Amino acid sequence: MIRFILLQNRQGKTRLAKYYVPLEDSEKHKVEYEVHRLVVNRDPKFTNFVEFRTHKVIYRRYAGLFFSMCVDITDNELAYLECIHLFVEILDHFFSNVCELDLVFNFHKVYLILDEFILAGELQETSKRAIIERMGELEKLE
Amino acid sequence: MALSGMRGLSVFISDIRNCHNKEQERLRVDKELGNIRTRFKNEKGLSPYEKKKYVWKMLYIYMLGYDVDFGHMETVSLISAPKYPEKQVGYIVTSCLLNENNDFLRMVINTVRNDIIGRNETYQCLALTMVGNIGGKEFSESLAPDVQKLLISSSCRPVVRKKAALCLLRLYRKNPDVVNIDGWSDRMAQLLDERDLGVLTSVMSLFVSLVSNNAEAYWNCLPKCVRILERMARNQDIPQEYTYYGIPSPWLQVKTMRALQYFPTIEDPGARRALFEVLQRILMGTDVVKNVNKNNASHAVLFEALALVMHLDAEKEMMSQCVALLGKFIAVREPNIRYLGLENMSRMLLVTDVQDIIKRHQAQIITSLKDPDISIRRRALDLLYGMCDVTNAKEIVEELLQYLNTAEFAMREELSLKAAILAEKFAPDLSWYVDVILQLIDKAGDFVSDDIWYRVVQFVTNNEDLQPYAAAKAREYLDKPALHETMVKVSAYLLGEYGHLLARRPGCSPKELFAIINDKLPTVSTSTVAIILSTYAKILMHSQTPDVGLQQQILTIFKKYESYIDVEIQQRAVEYFELSRKGAALADVLAEMPKFPERESALLKKAEDAEVDTAEQSAIKLRSQQQTSTALVVADHPPVNGSVPASNHLTLVKMPSQNITEENNVTHEETPVEIPKENGAPVEVVSKVESIPETNIESKVEPPISQPASQADLLADLLGPLAIEGPSAAVEQSPVQGLEASQSPVGDLALATLEDQSNAVQPTVNVEEKFHILCSKDSGVLYEDPHIQIGLKAEWRAHHGRLVLFLGNKNTAPLVSVQALILPPSHLKVELSSVPDTIPPRAQVQIPLEIVNLRASRDVAVLDFSYTFGTALVNVKLRLPVVLNKFLQPITLSPEEFFPQWKALNVQPLKVQEVVKGVKPLPLPEMASLFMGLHLAVAPGLDTNPNNLVACTTFFSETTRAMLCLVRVETDPQDRTQLRLTVASGDQYLTFELKEFIKEHLIDIPRVQAAPAPVPVQPQLPPAVPATYNDPGAMLAGLL
Repeated sequence: MIRFILLQNRQGKTRLAKYYVPLEDSEKHKVEYEVHRLVVNRDPKFTNFVEFRTHKVIYRRYAGLFFSMCVDITDNELAYLECIHLFVEILDHFFSNVCELDLVFNFHKVYLILDEFILAGELQETSKRAIIERMGELEKLE
Repeated sequence: MALSGMRGLSVFISDIRNCHNKEQERLRVDKELGNIRTRFKNEKGLSPYEKKKYVWKMLYIYMLGYDVDFGHMETVSLISAPKYPEKQVGYIVTSCLLNENNDFLRMVINTVRNDIIGRNETYQCLALTMVGNIGGKEFSESLAPDVQKLLISSSCRPVVRKKAALCLLRLYRKNPDVVNIDGWSDRMAQLLDERDLGVLTSVMSLFVSLVSNNAEAYWNCLPKCVRILERMARNQDIPQEYTYYGIPSPWLQVKTMRALQYFPTIEDPGARRALFEVLQRILMGTDVVKNVNKNNASHAVLFEALALVMHLDAEKEMMSQCVALLGKFIAVREPNIRYLGLENMSRMLLVTDVQDIIKRHQAQIITSLKDPDISIRRRALDLLYGMCDVTNAKEIVEELLQYLNTAEFAMREELSLKAAILAEKFAPDLSWYVDVILQLIDKAGDFVSDDIWYRVVQFVTNNEDLQPYAAAKAREYLDKPALHETMVKVSAYLLGEYGHLLARRPGCSPKELFAIINDKLPTVSTSTVAIILSTYAKILMHSQTPDVGLQQQILTIFKKYESYIDVEIQQRAVEYFELSRKGAALADVLAEMPKFPERESALLKKAEDAEVDTAEQSAIKLRSQQQTSTALVVADHPPVNGSVPASNHLTLVKMPSQNITEENNVTHEETPVEIPKENGAPVEVVSKVESIPETNIESKVEPPISQPASQADLLADLLGPLAIEGPSAAVEQSPVQGLEASQSPVGDLALATLEDQSNAVQPTVNVEEKFHILCSKDSGVLYEDPHIQIGLKAEWRAHHGRLVLFLGNKNTAPLVSVQALILPPSHLKVELSSVPDTIPPRAQVQIPLEIVNLRASRDVAVLDFSYTFGTALVNVKLRLPVVLNKFLQPITLSPEEFFPQWKALNVQPLKVQEVVKGVKPLPLPEMASLFMGLHLAVAPGLDTNPNNLVACTTFFSETTRAMLCLVRVETDPQDRTQLRLTVASGDQYLTFELKEFIKEHLIDIPRVQAAPAPVPVQPQLPPAVPATYNDPGAMLAGLL
């Protein structure tokens, strides 16, 4: 299961943080700091997987943004790696050509999209179309 | 679309972005927080829009890493807002800001429930999402039925049902009782027929969790999973939107295959065939393509398929296909695939016997140990660790040592731990083992825990051949300019004990040894000073007459340390100073350390106990636990990681010899310290308050051992008749099981091994002694003769026991007509799996035995074992060490817990008291350690009378389940040969048996007069330790 998802830029600013396990605030800050340090200096030629405490972080870098998912060590790494990519494709579709600024100014939308994509630390929907349509429905309600 | 709908929010975000430094940002944030706080205070003026805006701002500030310690209430209360926009913000921000333990959540359970059971689909979705993300136990109890209803409702849209499925998964993880298995397996089967792939994806995650806890209950779902896989593998009627780069939902495929790994086997031939077809197609049809995403997705499926094939015990052909694939993967450049290749090879080692094939890739794997990426190096290290056995240990360990020179900090600890474990487990010879550990200490002393060097000392002490070698090595290291303190400790200890063996070598005279050790003295810490002082005492003892100068130097140092700040050091200095004036008697007092009793390696145990934290239990782990249920012939040792750790045994066996000084015995405690390991699993590092060798020195210094021993003999002789009268039948029926019995010259051998052992072939070990050793420990040799060695390994869990007999043929010819039969006493249920008729030359056969303890008894199971070698028929009857204390688990009670229990059991047959006479006179600390050995936890302080002793333990059997037992011993300081024993438990039968059992161990047995040897006799140790006993690589290695 996914323990948490982080979206951080190269400087370590958090653009999205979603925890599926109960952590205290101080612990969250620590985790965000450590994960950033763990992934930011890794060579692009390295694996997309790093061990983190008793779990594993699957991460991928898009321009200046790191998408990291912390999963169980028994989980299927590549499946989660592509899960990150699917999420990025959804964001890209929703914001039509997403950039960091979109995510900054619309962080609340990103949380909404994420809630349609992942729930309880598990994948909920893998159809891009279904999620985009659902977002359309929700926007109409606001 | 760079602007959100809320202008105020956008302005705030822009402001933050325009801050030039952290300080400015903090000011801006503080200003905003102040503003929000005042606005919230007079809530009346707030419009819903404003509330919404402020709450989003709070989340943004929180995300930046600032503490937001107010406004939680306002956020949570938005959940109850009547309109969608506020409600939405309330739900989303609450699930980011709060966690499941927050008290505010309790206040909204009702609102959330109303939203879930209400008619508004959007509200249902919001509520399900929040509960799915942060719902705790309380939500679980009050909402599960409603969520289940939504999941199976035919009127709900998929968007609600998939959320309900995952929400239920969360609730189930918080409290598995909320899903009633009986009703759910049928519903689950229906749910797996779902046509909407979004819902099916969510349902499959729920299913994996359910099935991982109880595969039995969901057999009916198995064919459905196979059908889903078939449908996807053939790409039949999969909507375009559910394919990913042309691959039908790789995530659903992976999840489905994961679920199938929790079923022990697939029996239905139809389903099995269909599944293998799918798997074959995946194995063969996955090509490397240019597009990264497509490649990753197809390999995600491929690796899951590999795992499933391994799990299903596919035909040989398919298995070798898998190994071949993995062999290919570990050699590719693409880092992710190589990583996964290494990882899956390690997993494969756990489930199938592929060690030999994997060994062929050793060179390739070692290359990965030098990869620039730490993730890959870690996987390579794990794999090398897993594939190591006696044949390649030297090579692998030397690679690890070499790597240690360049390894970064993050890996050094793990590396040294693994190297130490492998060296211990698979050492081809002991001098190599000593070399490895000394190198480890030299290269990575900070990461070598005390356990590791204690272990070296144990091996060296128990192996005379090794002593000069180890001492010489230690001497060599002392020449190095910079030395790790651990090296100083181990060298000082070894040279103190065995330095005199080197006396004729250059640079090794007592004087020179003293000089080189004394160089280190000013810079070391207290614990090392203590060891060095003991070393000096020993050097002094070995150089008694000739060297007055040296003597003066050492005595001056003792004098100096008499006023040292540390009490322990002071005491040593004073005692050694006084002792050193005793002249010749010093040689007796400071004689060489006696051999250590065999004990479980703290390291190996630590390695076995490493825990992993995952949402679902690992399928591989489950499987490796199910393995070896039938006897099988193995040519190699059991895999390192394959065995299941025994959970209920403490590693540290207190030895009586350590506890002779009364004031010291209390300090022998183990304090487990969790040291986080960089890569994950926390490793328990056990640090002892007082080191083993030190304490031994301590006990050696005290001379009383010989005295009580001879006293005991005297008394024993006098009390001989009493001993028989006292415990009556017990002694005759089942021979006393204490270690001390091994010193009895007649022994009870005849009783157990019976007369018909008049075989031509005689055992080469003392069978009686072996039995007694195994009564207090869980692995070792049970029997050995020129043809066969029978080893035994046991694990105990509550009232269950699992014994594995290792039958090792020592010959180059087969042993035939092998038969084994168990004659169990009525209180044990013993299941023996089939025994092969023939043991091939030099092979080892494992025979597992399942044992269930039905009730308390002191009777013993007997193994009737026979084989034919050449013309000789050998038949032996061996007692199995399945004794009462194996089903005891020590427990520590506080006075508040103890006394009510003790009072409650104040009824005659439940609490029994007896005055026991003819007791072997033991000082109280020694008796305490005897009790510890029997798994009775002595609780100091419960009884204020220093002559009394109180102990607690839990007994496990099928009839009593876990039952608390309380024991009290009142001794008479005037007459140590008698005491009053009180035993209490909730079962009268147990009380009686336990009382008799303890009595057996307290009563003295007449023993031979101890020879007046200079080495003090250890009253409770078997005198001679056979060679196999000392083998480092779990002695089972010796069976080959």
